[in-house]
Amino acid sequence: MTVKGRVLFDSERCKACGICIAFCPNEVLALDESHINGQGYTPAYAQKPEACIGCKICAMMCPDMAIIVERA
Amino acid sequence: MQTVFERPKSLTDHPFHYCPGCSHGVVHRLVAECIDELGLRENTIGVYAVGCVVLGHRYFNMDCIGAAHGRAPATATGIKRMDPEKTVFTYQGDGDLAAIGMAEIVHASARGENITVVFVNNGIYGMTGGQIAPTTLLGEITTTSPYGRKASVEGYPIKVAELLAQNEGSAYIARTSVSSPAGVIQTKKAIKKAFQVQQKKLGFSLVEVLAACPTNWGRAPVEALKWLDENMAVYYPVGEIKVKEA
Repeated sequence: MTVKGRVLFDSERCKACGICIAFCPNEVLALDESHINGQGYTPAYAQKPEACIGCKICAMMCPDMAIIVERA
Repeated sequence: MQTVFERPKSLTDHPFHYCPGCSHGVVHRLVAECIDELGLRENTIGVYAVGCVVLGHRYFNMDCIGAAHGRAPATATGIKRMDPEKTVFTYQGDGDLAAIGMAEIVHASARGENITVVFVNNGIYGMTGGQIAPTTLLGEITTTSPYGRKASVEGYPIKVAELLAQNEGSAYIARTSVSSPAGVIQTKKAIKKAFQVQQKKLGFSLVEVLAACPTNWGRAPVEALKWLDENMAVYYPVGEIKVKEA
């Protein structure tokens, strides 16, 4: 299966509000409970990167611009 | 792989100080994207009001000035009249614009000042700790309305967009919401149109953006956006309220 899209996180900006996770249509994202960033939050990451279609809804809803989206 | 979404050039690299889930970040980005797309960055002056946005000069990569509480439209009027070729916008919250700054905004609109106002309405005073604002919905519990807002005590919430649309000087008045991806796209279109109205010198333009304040509402970020959709967007209907043609 070819990868359609890719999300890159600037984890230090993430405040773990969970909005990107709630709006992702393919449930690609999740909070990384094993990691705490400099601001004290558990940042979001791509749990199922292969399911990403590059729709950029997560980045559009992110209040902290922690997400960069690439499309094939 | 081609990058389809990244930080706009009109924003600095500084991380936002806003609370998790605060809609200010989204509105900042939309304003910056519109300025980028219209190629106005070198020619824009932003006026920031008192409120959570008071540190706006850290984030917007352009000339900017902080105004006294509620007086951003007056400051913007001065700048625009001195240098009409500059694009001037104010960025104000509801505590600033609808309470202490009500006189300034109504008169700026009545005079048809050729400025753009981005009005972020989250129905509460954010920076000072969640006090009741003129735009707080009835029944809402805040630190200064602990039993919920009552019409008999605090009166009714003010619909600022409709109020200003009555003025002849207003050329473009719209209300949008950033509670969903569709709302974010609509907000961007409205802000862009407001800047274009200013470029065409048609008069006063204002975009009221319904926004979430999860911290002071006492709701989790995702839940706050849902509440915004189900309650605020019902009392404050979204859409273009006034569009004056050239």
